[in-house]
Amino acid sequence: MTLRDGAFLAIGGLTCLSAVLAVTSRRVLHAALWLVVTLGSVAGCYLVLGAELVALVQLLVYVGGVVVVLLFALMLTRAEGPGVAPVNTSRRRRALAAVVSAALTALLGWALVSLVGWEQRAVGGSSNADIGTQIFDTWVWPFELLALLLLLALVAAIAVARGAGVTEDTGADRTSDDADADAR
Amino acid sequence: MTPALPVLLASVLVGAGCYAVLARRHAVLMVIGVELILAGAGMVLIAADAFEPDRYASGAVLTMFVITIAAAEVVLALAVFVALYRARGHVDLQPDEAIE
Repeated sequence: MTLRDGAFLAIGGLTCLSAVLAVTSRRVLHAALWLVVTLGSVAGCYLVLGAELVALVQLLVYVGGVVVVLLFALMLTRAEGPGVAPVNTSRRRRALAAVVSAALTALLGWALVSLVGWEQRAVGGSSNADIGTQIFDTWVWPFELLALLLLLALVAAIAVARGAGVTEDTGADRTSDDADADAR
Repeated sequence: MTPALPVLLASVLVGAGCYAVLARRHAVLMVIGVELILAGAGMVLIAADAFEPDRYASGAVLTMFVITIAAAEVVLALAVFVALYRARGHVDLQPDEAIE
Protein backbone atom coordinates (compact mmCIF):
# COMPACT_ATOMS: atom_id res chain seq x y z
CA MET A 1 0.00 0.00 0.00
CA THR A 2 1.63 3.16 -1.17
CA LEU A 3 1.08 6.79 -0.20
CA ARG A 4 -0.97 7.27 -3.36
CA ASP A 5 -3.23 4.37 -2.34
CA GLY A 6 -3.78 6.00 1.04
CA ALA A 7 -4.59 9.37 -0.51
CA PHE A 8 -6.97 7.77 -2.99
CA LEU A 9 -8.64 5.75 -0.22
CA ALA A 10 -9.23 8.91 1.83
CA ILE A 11 -10.60 11.03 -1.04
CA GLY A 12 -12.47 8.07 -2.54
CA GLY A 13 -14.11 7.34 0.82
CA LEU A 14 -15.25 10.96 1.00
CA THR A 15 -16.57 10.63 -2.57
CA CYS A 16 -18.55 7.47 -1.77
CA LEU A 17 -20.00 8.93 1.42
CA SER A 18 -21.07 12.20 -0.19
CA ALA A 19 -22.46 10.38 -3.27
CA VAL A 20 -24.66 8.22 -1.04
CA LEU A 21 -25.77 11.29 0.93
CA ALA A 22 -26.50 13.16 -2.33
CA VAL A 23 -28.87 10.43 -3.50
CA THR A 24 -30.55 9.74 -0.15
CA SER A 25 -30.92 13.22 1.35
CA ARG A 26 -34.57 14.23 1.74
CA ARG A 27 -33.91 17.96 1.41
CA VAL A 28 -33.32 18.90 -2.22
CA LEU A 29 -30.87 21.67 -1.34
CA HIS A 30 -28.82 19.30 0.82
CA ALA A 31 -28.73 16.79 -2.04
CA ALA A 32 -27.41 19.46 -4.41
CA LEU A 33 -24.77 20.59 -1.90
CA TRP A 34 -23.65 16.98 -1.30
CA LEU A 35 -23.33 16.70 -5.09
CA VAL A 36 -20.88 19.64 -4.93
CA VAL A 37 -18.79 17.69 -2.40
CA THR A 38 -18.97 14.53 -4.53
CA LEU A 39 -17.91 16.20 -7.76
CA GLY A 40 -15.19 18.20 -6.00
CA SER A 41 -13.73 15.06 -4.46
CA VAL A 42 -13.97 13.27 -7.83
CA ALA A 43 -11.72 16.08 -9.07
CA GLY A 44 -9.42 15.29 -6.12
CA CYS A 45 -9.32 11.63 -7.21
CA TYR A 46 -8.35 12.76 -10.73
CA LEU A 47 -5.50 14.75 -9.15
CA VAL A 48 -4.30 11.68 -7.23
CA LEU A 49 -4.38 9.72 -10.50
CA GLY A 50 -2.15 12.37 -12.08
CA ALA A 51 -4.68 14.02 -14.39
CA GLU A 52 -4.38 17.67 -13.33
CA LEU A 53 -5.94 19.14 -16.46
CA VAL A 54 -9.06 16.96 -16.24
CA ALA A 55 -9.34 17.71 -12.53
CA LEU A 56 -9.34 21.45 -13.28
CA VAL A 57 -11.89 21.03 -16.08
CA GLN A 58 -14.06 18.99 -13.71
CA LEU A 59 -13.89 21.73 -11.06
CA LEU A 60 -14.58 24.54 -13.53
CA VAL A 61 -17.40 22.87 -15.46
CA TYR A 62 -19.12 20.86 -12.74
CA VAL A 63 -18.65 22.76 -9.51
CA GLY A 64 -18.60 26.11 -11.28
CA GLY A 65 -21.27 25.55 -13.90
CA VAL A 66 -23.45 22.48 -13.61
CA VAL A 67 -24.11 22.84 -9.89
CA VAL A 68 -25.03 26.51 -10.26
CA VAL A 69 -27.54 25.56 -12.96
CA LEU A 70 -28.88 22.77 -10.70
CA LEU A 71 -29.31 25.21 -7.80
CA PHE A 72 -31.12 27.66 -10.08
CA ALA A 73 -33.46 24.89 -11.22
CA LEU A 74 -34.13 23.93 -7.60
CA MET A 75 -34.95 27.57 -6.79
CA LEU A 76 -37.27 27.87 -9.78
CA THR A 77 -39.18 24.65 -9.01
CA ARG A 78 -40.87 24.49 -5.62
CA ALA A 79 -40.08 21.09 -4.10
CA GLU A 80 -41.01 21.29 -0.43
CA GLY A 81 -43.95 22.53 1.53
CA PRO A 82 -47.56 21.58 2.07
CA GLY A 83 -49.35 19.87 -0.82
CA VAL A 84 -46.14 19.06 -2.70
CA ALA A 85 -45.36 15.45 -3.55
CA PRO A 86 -42.44 13.84 -1.65
CA VAL A 87 -39.10 13.82 -3.44
CA ASN A 88 -38.68 10.04 -3.11
CA THR A 89 -40.80 7.13 -4.30
CA SER A 90 -42.58 4.79 -1.92
CA ARG A 91 -40.64 2.73 0.62
CA ARG A 92 -41.11 -0.50 -1.37
CA ARG A 93 -39.79 1.04 -4.57
CA ARG A 94 -36.85 2.56 -2.73
CA ALA A 95 -35.96 -0.86 -1.30
CA LEU A 96 -36.18 -2.36 -4.78
CA ALA A 97 -34.05 0.48 -6.19
CA ALA A 98 -31.47 -0.07 -3.41
CA VAL A 99 -31.30 -3.81 -4.20
CA VAL A 100 -30.95 -3.16 -7.95
CA SER A 101 -28.24 -0.52 -7.53
CA ALA A 102 -26.34 -2.58 -4.94
CA ALA A 103 -26.39 -5.50 -7.39
CA LEU A 104 -25.23 -3.18 -10.17
CA THR A 105 -22.39 -1.90 -7.96
CA ALA A 106 -21.33 -5.45 -7.08
CA LEU A 107 -21.47 -6.59 -10.71
CA LEU A 108 -19.51 -3.61 -12.02
CA GLY A 109 -16.98 -3.77 -9.19
CA TRP A 110 -16.43 -7.51 -9.63
CA ALA A 111 -16.12 -7.28 -13.43
CA LEU A 112 -13.78 -4.27 -13.42
CA VAL A 113 -11.57 -5.53 -10.57
CA SER A 114 -11.20 -8.94 -12.20
CA LEU A 115 -10.24 -7.04 -15.36
CA VAL A 116 -7.54 -4.81 -13.82
CA GLY A 117 -6.40 -6.83 -10.79
CA TRP A 118 -5.09 -5.71 -7.39
CA GLU A 119 -1.33 -5.68 -8.07
CA GLN A 120 0.58 -2.40 -7.78
CA ARG A 121 1.24 -0.56 -11.02
CA ALA A 122 3.03 2.64 -11.90
CA VAL A 123 0.81 5.69 -12.43
CA GLY A 124 1.89 7.38 -15.64
CA GLY A 125 -0.93 9.15 -17.38
CA SER A 126 -0.73 11.43 -20.39
CA SER A 127 1.01 14.72 -19.72
CA ASN A 128 -0.79 18.00 -20.25
CA ALA A 129 1.34 18.67 -23.32
CA ASP A 130 0.27 15.31 -24.79
CA ILE A 131 -3.39 16.03 -24.10
CA GLY A 132 -3.19 19.49 -25.68
CA THR A 133 -1.41 18.16 -28.75
CA GLN A 134 -3.81 15.28 -29.18
CA ILE A 135 -6.96 17.41 -28.77
CA PHE A 136 -5.90 19.60 -31.68
CA ASP A 137 -4.54 16.70 -33.69
CA THR A 138 -6.32 13.36 -33.38
CA TRP A 139 -9.46 14.63 -31.70
CA VAL A 140 -9.90 17.97 -33.46
CA TRP A 141 -13.15 17.11 -35.30
CA PRO A 142 -14.96 15.70 -32.26
CA PHE A 143 -13.68 18.72 -30.32
CA GLU A 144 -15.14 21.19 -32.85
CA LEU A 145 -18.37 19.20 -33.00
CA LEU A 146 -18.61 19.48 -29.21
CA ALA A 147 -18.28 23.26 -29.48
CA LEU A 148 -21.23 23.22 -31.88
CA LEU A 149 -23.15 20.86 -29.57
CA LEU A 150 -22.66 23.20 -26.60
CA LEU A 151 -23.81 26.22 -28.60
CA LEU A 152 -26.89 24.34 -29.83
CA ALA A 153 -27.68 23.08 -26.34
CA LEU A 154 -27.44 26.55 -24.81
CA VAL A 155 -29.58 28.19 -27.52
CA ALA A 156 -32.12 25.36 -27.29
CA ALA A 157 -32.17 25.65 -23.49
CA ILE A 158 -32.93 29.37 -23.67
CA ALA A 159 -35.66 28.70 -26.26
CA VAL A 160 -37.24 25.90 -24.18
CA ALA A 161 -37.06 27.78 -20.89
CA ARG A 162 -38.65 30.87 -22.42
CA GLY A 163 -41.50 28.75 -23.75
CA ALA A 164 -40.79 28.48 -27.46
CA GLY A 165 -43.60 26.89 -29.44
CA VAL A 166 -46.24 28.37 -27.17
CA THR A 167 -48.23 30.54 -29.52
CA GLU A 168 -50.35 33.51 -28.59
CA ASP A 169 -53.77 31.81 -28.89
CA THR A 170 -52.80 29.09 -26.40
CA GLY A 171 -51.52 31.80 -24.08
CA ALA A 172 -54.92 32.01 -22.40
CA ASP A 173 -54.86 28.28 -21.58
CA ARG A 174 -51.39 28.61 -20.17
CA THR A 175 -52.33 31.46 -17.87
CA SER A 176 -55.28 29.48 -16.53
CA ASP A 177 -52.96 26.52 -15.98
CA ASP A 178 -50.58 28.82 -14.16
CA ALA A 179 -53.46 30.09 -12.03
CA ASP A 180 -54.35 26.46 -11.19
CA ALA A 181 -50.76 25.82 -10.30
CA ASP A 182 -50.65 28.87 -8.06
CA ALA A 183 -53.90 27.81 -6.40
CA ARG A 184 -52.37 24.43 -5.71
CA MET B 1 -0.93 2.22 -6.79
CA THR B 2 -3.45 -0.53 -7.41
CA PRO B 3 -5.89 0.08 -10.26
CA ALA B 4 -8.66 -1.70 -8.36
CA LEU B 5 -9.42 1.32 -6.14
CA PRO B 6 -10.44 3.76 -8.93
CA VAL B 7 -12.67 1.20 -10.66
CA LEU B 8 -14.29 0.26 -7.32
CA LEU B 9 -15.00 3.96 -6.70
CA ALA B 10 -16.44 4.21 -10.22
CA SER B 11 -18.81 1.30 -9.58
CA VAL B 12 -19.97 2.88 -6.30
CA LEU B 13 -20.64 6.16 -8.13
CA VAL B 14 -22.61 4.36 -10.85
CA GLY B 15 -24.58 2.42 -8.22
CA ALA B 16 -25.44 5.58 -6.29
CA GLY B 17 -26.50 7.31 -9.49
CA CYS B 18 -28.64 4.32 -10.48
CA TYR B 19 -30.36 4.47 -7.08
CA ALA B 20 -31.12 8.17 -7.58
CA VAL B 21 -32.54 7.56 -11.06
CA LEU B 22 -34.76 4.75 -9.76
CA ALA B 23 -35.83 6.11 -6.37
CA ARG B 24 -36.19 9.87 -6.82
CA ARG B 25 -39.48 11.50 -7.79
CA HIS B 26 -38.19 15.07 -8.05
CA ALA B 27 -36.84 15.51 -11.58
CA VAL B 28 -33.83 17.64 -10.60
CA LEU B 29 -32.76 15.01 -8.06
CA MET B 30 -32.97 12.35 -10.78
CA VAL B 31 -30.60 14.44 -12.91
CA ILE B 32 -28.17 14.44 -9.95
CA GLY B 33 -28.12 10.64 -10.32
CA VAL B 34 -27.33 10.92 -14.03
CA GLU B 35 -24.44 13.24 -13.18
CA LEU B 36 -23.08 10.64 -10.73
CA ILE B 37 -23.26 7.90 -13.39
CA LEU B 38 -21.31 10.13 -15.78
CA ALA B 39 -18.75 10.86 -13.04
CA GLY B 40 -18.29 7.09 -12.66
CA ALA B 41 -17.68 6.77 -16.40
CA GLY B 42 -15.08 9.54 -16.19
CA MET B 43 -13.36 7.80 -13.30
CA VAL B 44 -12.94 4.58 -15.34
CA LEU B 45 -11.58 6.56 -18.31
CA ILE B 46 -9.07 8.44 -16.12
CA ALA B 47 -7.99 5.16 -14.49
CA ALA B 48 -7.45 3.66 -17.96
CA ASP B 49 -5.39 6.70 -18.91
CA ALA B 50 -3.32 6.58 -15.70
CA PHE B 51 -2.49 2.86 -15.81
CA GLU B 52 -2.45 2.09 -19.53
CA PRO B 53 -1.68 5.36 -21.34
CA ASP B 54 -1.86 5.36 -25.13
CA ARG B 55 -0.36 7.75 -27.65
CA TYR B 56 -3.69 9.48 -28.36
CA ALA B 57 -4.25 10.42 -24.68
CA SER B 58 -7.73 8.99 -25.21
CA GLY B 59 -8.63 8.51 -21.54
CA ALA B 60 -8.08 12.12 -20.56
CA VAL B 61 -9.51 13.60 -23.78
CA LEU B 62 -12.61 11.42 -23.70
CA THR B 63 -13.18 12.31 -20.04
CA MET B 64 -13.22 15.99 -20.98
CA PHE B 65 -15.63 15.19 -23.81
CA VAL B 66 -17.90 13.37 -21.36
CA ILE B 67 -17.79 16.37 -19.00
CA THR B 68 -18.72 18.69 -21.89
CA ILE B 69 -21.60 16.49 -23.06
CA ALA B 70 -22.81 16.21 -19.46
CA ALA B 71 -22.84 20.01 -19.19
CA ALA B 72 -24.88 20.31 -22.40
CA GLU B 73 -27.23 17.56 -21.21
CA VAL B 74 -27.84 19.07 -17.79
CA VAL B 75 -28.52 22.54 -19.22
CA LEU B 76 -31.13 21.14 -21.63
CA ALA B 77 -32.71 18.90 -19.01
CA LEU B 78 -33.08 21.74 -16.52
CA ALA B 79 -34.55 24.02 -19.19
CA VAL B 80 -37.14 21.32 -19.89
CA PHE B 81 -37.88 21.05 -16.15
CA VAL B 82 -38.38 24.81 -15.83
CA ALA B 83 -40.77 24.72 -18.79
CA LEU B 84 -42.52 21.69 -17.23
CA TYR B 85 -42.89 23.53 -13.92
CA ARG B 86 -44.45 26.51 -15.64
CA ALA B 87 -46.87 24.26 -17.51
CA ARG B 88 -47.88 21.86 -14.70
CA GLY B 89 -46.82 23.49 -11.43
CA HIS B 90 -44.60 20.61 -10.34
CA VAL B 91 -41.69 18.51 -11.56
CA ASP B 92 -42.93 15.28 -9.99
CA LEU B 93 -42.04 12.26 -12.11
CA GLN B 94 -44.84 10.08 -10.65
CA PRO B 95 -47.83 12.39 -10.32
CA ASP B 96 -50.33 9.50 -10.33
CA GLU B 97 -48.93 7.61 -7.37
CA ALA B 98 -50.79 8.27 -4.14
CA ILE B 99 -48.90 10.52 -1.73
CA GLU B 100 -48.00 8.46 1.31
